[in-house]
Amino acid sequence: MFLGTVVYAVINSVILALMAIGFNLTFGISGVANFAYGALYIFSAYTTWMGLNLVGLPYPVAAVFSILLTMLVGAAMYRFVLLRVRGQALSEVIATFGIGLAILEIFRYLGFVGFEYTLPVFIDDSIIIAGVYIDMQRLLIVIIGTAAIFLLWWFTHHTRLGLAFRGIAQDERTALTLGIDSDRIALLSVAMGAGIAAFAATVIIPLGSIAPAEGYDVLIKALAVCIIGGLGSTGGVLTASFLIGFAERFTDTYVSSHWTMIVSLAAILVVLAVKPSGLFGKQKELEERI
Amino acid sequence: MPKRKERIDRGINVRSGDVFALCSWREMLYLAGPRFIPVFICLLLPLLLGIYWQKVLLSVAVFALLAISWDILAQTGMISLGQALFFGMGAYITGILNHYWGMSPVVTIPIAAVCGGLICTALLLPVLRLRGIYFSMVTLILPLMLVRLIEATRIFGGTEGLTGMTPIPSKWLELYVIIGAMLAALFGFRRMLSSDYGLVLKGIRDNDRSVLNAGINIYWYKTQALFIASGIGAFAGAFLTHVYMFVGMPVFALDYSILPIAAAVVGGPGSLAGATLGAFILVPLSELLRGTGGLRIVFYGVFLVIFIVALPEGLFHFFQRKYHQFERWVEVDQ
Repeated sequence: MFLGTVVYAVINSVILALMAIGFNLTFGISGVANFAYGALYIFSAYTTWMGLNLVGLPYPVAAVFSILLTMLVGAAMYRFVLLRVRGQALSEVIATFGIGLAILEIFRYLGFVGFEYTLPVFIDDSIIIAGVYIDMQRLLIVIIGTAAIFLLWWFTHHTRLGLAFRGIAQDERTALTLGIDSDRIALLSVAMGAGIAAFAATVIIPLGSIAPAEGYDVLIKALAVCIIGGLGSTGGVLTASFLIGFAERFTDTYVSSHWTMIVSLAAILVVLAVKPSGLFGKQKELEERI
Repeated sequence: MPKRKERIDRGINVRSGDVFALCSWREMLYLAGPRFIPVFICLLLPLLLGIYWQKVLLSVAVFALLAISWDILAQTGMISLGQALFFGMGAYITGILNHYWGMSPVVTIPIAAVCGGLICTALLLPVLRLRGIYFSMVTLILPLMLVRLIEATRIFGGTEGLTGMTPIPSKWLELYVIIGAMLAALFGFRRMLSSDYGLVLKGIRDNDRSVLNAGINIYWYKTQALFIASGIGAFAGAFLTHVYMFVGMPVFALDYSILPIAAAVVGGPGSLAGATLGAFILVPLSELLRGTGGLRIVFYGVFLVIFIVALPEGLFHFFQRKYHQFERWVEVDQ
């Protein structure tokens, strides 16, 4: 029981991390709010489903197509909406949240709810680790998620583009003087964040079914991981998702599933109240509290 | 010949807010018209509308109160994404008082407004120092957490909620009390915000550190603004509980957080009148769209985006400018 909980907690943590890295790339690392993140996650899942079942594309083609489409949607959202309200944090949040709301609710309205809306698993098999049955999909998620986090860290620390992403969040004007076109970089950041959301959806959704309500959950979880870990910190994402992942799984097993969500919400509240920049965030004391 | 649009302020003494306002009927009407006509319409509407639209008017007034409460907070620099917290707190307090102790609405509503305000202020007190988006996140999360807490602990009726509240005796009383409260809040707090006290609040929004430098305790002012805003929200919640005779988890729903923000954005933030105008547009609109089911939330989302991008000042400020300015096309000297 205990060992099983630990194994599933690890898997849960990696899922959380995978959900959060796209959001972390956009909001945490380059400082552009994208509160349509959860909606883009669900959007890509539905487009894959449609490509698979309505158009009849092979699965890999449908998945890649939907990832590209989601990136395009993200880029369009930046170009036509976010660009006009850049710098006004609240307007960014409200505008992107409005877009997310519209996307999610239109799927709900069109009746895309039910168990038939699900994606196929990559490999339909299972193995036993430490006496616990684990299906291959979950194992794949752990591998892919770990690789994704490492890639994110490498990308933001050792590539020109990644450094530019961090640059525009630290000081946009200084970044401009160094020849970084902040609008272009922010556009790329939103598009890549959307693409990662789509990728995460392709990997994670086969575990359950696609539902519009999931979009809000994904947004809150991504937000929780980013805030607790500290905006802009890759190590923070990992630590925070393990903290929340373990806390969730253990409350689920030993207390009751009703308390699962409360634990992560309470964790965000406490971190926000005590150290708003998160566990590993660089302190920007005066920007966040007075 | 290229032309440009020239805008000239109307040269009326009244705009300086001086004693000259009393010089002529024309100027007095110019000033009083935009204030008295809406009041008159608000008081007349319940008599003209059918029973269904009376109910709609009632929820318009409730959402207008929530939007006013949002705007007061926003003008103090605190952006709330969780008006449902205030609303739900008021609703649950009045529900508990009425359900367990059988108090009458005359007692429960004022108690809920004051205690709801106090409790919400106390809940947010630890995060009063947070600025901008960090404060917003806390307000977004609190109502979500309270819902889950009620679900998990099954207190106060749990998922089923409490039913059988005392209804308000007559529908006329119901309508006029809420409309009166809305008008009183609108004009009263508008006045408050244009006084020196309001100036301090707006100063906190514009630059909190310089207000701090002026030797003013901004935390105390923020606390007061929070109490006022959450009191208004709690009143709205308490009132609606007695109208629906029910209180349950839906009072913390996202609707009560999103619609007030949408109303304030559409109507124009920064003047409580804009928030009220927004409620008067959005709530009937969403009633008209009720037949389309979930599609109306899509419309909210689209509305929010369009107004934020295309008309960030909001409808009220747009109309206000048209009212106070002449516009004409003039030729540009090359």
